[in-house]
Amino acid sequence: MKKFASLLSLPFLLPYMASAQTGAPTNWALGLQQPASPVKERMEHFHDLLLMPVITGITIFVLILLIIVVVRFNRKSNPVPSKTTHNLPLEIAWTAIPVIILIIIAIPSFKLLYYTDKVAEPEMTLRVTGFQWAWGFEYPDYEIERFDSFMIPEDEINYEAGQKRLLSTDSVVVLPVETDIQITVTADDVLHSFAVPAFGLKTDAVPGRLNETWVRITKPGTYYGQCSEICGKDHAYMPVEIRAVDKVTFEEWAKLAKDDLEASYAFLNNTSEMAALPASIEESPIQPEEDALNTPSEPQNILDVTDTSGE
Amino acid sequence: MNAAHAAAHGDDHHHDHKPGFFVRWFCSTNHKDIGTLYIVFSIIAGLIGGTFSMIMRMELEQPGVQFLLDDAGNPNGQLWNVFITAHGLIMVFFVVMPGLIGGFGNWFVPLMIGAPDMAFPRLNNISFWLIVPAFFLLLASAFVDVGAGTGWTIYPPLSDMGHPGMSVDMAIFALHLAGASSILGAANFIATIFNMRAPGMTLHKMPLFVWGMLVTAFLLVLAVPVLGGAITMLLTDRNFGTDFFRPEGGGDPILFQHLFWFFGHPEVYIMILPAFGIVSHIVSTFSRKPIFGYLGMAYAMVAIGFVGFVVWAHHMYSTGIDVNVRAYFTAATLIIAVPTGIKIFSWIATMWGGSIRFTTPMLWSIGFIFLFTVGGVTGVVLANGGMDLALHDTYYVVAHFHYVLSLGAVFALFAGFYYWIGKMSGRQYPEWMGQVHFWLTFVGVNIIFFPQHFLGLQGMPRRYIDYPDDYAGWNMVSSYGAYMTGIATLFFVIVVFYTLFFGRKVDGNYWNVEPQVMTLEWTLPSPPPFHQFDIQPVVK
Repeated sequence: MKKFASLLSLPFLLPYMASAQTGAPTNWALGLQQPASPVKERMEHFHDLLLMPVITGITIFVLILLIIVVVRFNRKSNPVPSKTTHNLPLEIAWTAIPVIILIIIAIPSFKLLYYTDKVAEPEMTLRVTGFQWAWGFEYPDYEIERFDSFMIPEDEINYEAGQKRLLSTDSVVVLPVETDIQITVTADDVLHSFAVPAFGLKTDAVPGRLNETWVRITKPGTYYGQCSEICGKDHAYMPVEIRAVDKVTFEEWAKLAKDDLEASYAFLNNTSEMAALPASIEESPIQPEEDALNTPSEPQNILDVTDTSGE
Repeated sequence: MNAAHAAAHGDDHHHDHKPGFFVRWFCSTNHKDIGTLYIVFSIIAGLIGGTFSMIMRMELEQPGVQFLLDDAGNPNGQLWNVFITAHGLIMVFFVVMPGLIGGFGNWFVPLMIGAPDMAFPRLNNISFWLIVPAFFLLLASAFVDVGAGTGWTIYPPLSDMGHPGMSVDMAIFALHLAGASSILGAANFIATIFNMRAPGMTLHKMPLFVWGMLVTAFLLVLAVPVLGGAITMLLTDRNFGTDFFRPEGGGDPILFQHLFWFFGHPEVYIMILPAFGIVSHIVSTFSRKPIFGYLGMAYAMVAIGFVGFVVWAHHMYSTGIDVNVRAYFTAATLIIAVPTGIKIFSWIATMWGGSIRFTTPMLWSIGFIFLFTVGGVTGVVLANGGMDLALHDTYYVVAHFHYVLSLGAVFALFAGFYYWIGKMSGRQYPEWMGQVHFWLTFVGVNIIFFPQHFLGLQGMPRRYIDYPDDYAGWNMVSSYGAYMTGIATLFFVIVVFYTLFFGRKVDGNYWNVEPQVMTLEWTLPSPPPFHQFDIQPVVK
């Protein structure tokens, strides 16, 4: 059954498996962004292996029926219409079979839903606050006070350094990989929504409420998200940029970030070749230079690749 | 006065006593004239709402902001938000609802049940004349202060503290008027359908369009007052110091979302149930077969209407509502697929074994069945509370609801127009023009909306004036589809004028509807007399 299902979905998987980049959208892609968290992996399985084959199958089935009707039962090929208006077994079938299909969908759907909800024992917390028009971040476990992360304006984007228009921010959120992170989301003014497609995250930021979600990032790298609830004139201009690094690097970064955010980013630039890249070289064809340079606001010294301050 | 006039001349229908131009069109109490006013209004509003979408697709054709710039040359995000808000509200409240319910409902519910008019002709008049100022208020709100850039969902706090000035108040008043118009119209339909059916027409012999209108009218009466309450609370929050939705005063913005979607979800069925009815008649007429599983079709609509009231929070999976609540709404929402499936398969079974003529209304109806299926199955994807987190507020949702509304309800509007324009005007459209319009639109809208599924799966958020460069490809394709659809729509305007002035004159039953599938409007001449059924028809 599973083999059959994955075979069915193959045509939908192929086009974007080859070219997809991690953490950001891919031009002309047809499917979900590459997963980088267990939640998104499960979403991808649920969508690509169950939902997509089922809905494609139903649509093609209806299309085939319509084509048969058009070819066989037009005025020329069938001049005398039948008088059938009832067929009880048929009517029971097209009521019961959809019910069975929906039950098949519902069971994994509930599993996924409860899995996305919360993590039992989070290892750290990230506090997110949306406001018009940027995101504020706080690390209560590391005593890093709130810093606000604004989009880099279009005329200051450094494309050569891998920065992305409308996605790169002036202060990146740094998070450790393979860590259960609790994320609490609220807003200062109007509604916003904190969303990172690669993690399957989307939680509304509501003033007066504290919403909770969680993430466990599986791969080091840079991940982007965008505000997903209309919030006024600059709704399209408040992205999220997350840099996932290994745990050791994260601890070092957090120590620095507590006192001096600028210095912590400088440190990150220097260590990222060692810490973050080996994994991403295996995972994707992205060139190491590109990834290393992909840190905003701090001019990158390309020659400074031998720095070992990370260890 | 008109009603009294009609009553006084109750026996004298052979020469239509049509009043003069002003009284006929501005003080009208005749269901057919009011229906015509609604249809004209709906087409004009549709062209305005469509113009907004053309500008939006032009802006989105390429990354970067090319058109919607402010005086300093910077992207004008507020103007963009005003556009998306106006597009949504116009299409829902001033195109689809007036077209399907006010237009075809007014025209054909009395004709199909053998009634001389609606139960409350003057109520009918005020229903129409409330929606006109509502539309002007909404349009004017765009020019006052910063305009209402809230999205059609008008969520606070953005619609509250986020929009000082008069624009949102004007939009709220526009919705008040449009809502009052809908409620009055719905009450009129319920009274008409329950009390004025011809002898012998039991509920179980009622045409399916009338069934659709009956269920729609109940949904309107139950759902629209909740919207009225919600926006009134918003109005008092904005102006009179209440705190229903203001967290700093102990209120809750999420409460508004519950109230809005308790209205908003039945609203989408309000838009599609009359469409179901129209498609049923057209499929039956041109297959030359009675509708398959009539009772199943009627009660599927009742079931959809009922379940439509208990699924509203599937629009709110990301708002932080409890996971058990999300699980319930996932289950309830999935259930809607069952009655919808019954309808799709019954239409196909109606055609099965038929002797089909592929006229323009039939093409629109077959197009409707297929595209509504596509929109329906993506609805099944979105129904899943877990999966929805990846897709909520992305273009996947935009694609989904345009497949069921823009390609569903609007296809049914066009199907009904081509099916009944001969009956309404006495003149028939040229068949080739209708078919050209259909194929241009069919190809165009699919090019617009199918690629938007891909954008949504990749995570492109909706309501964005500009998008990251890696979404450029499918956005470009989508915009080309929009231009094609725009050309098709202009062609439709030509078809309308050509038909009204030069169309071939037709007799009463110009589609040669077979006796076994005939509804009562085909027993009357085209156009029907100003007052019809002076001899009450009797249904066998």
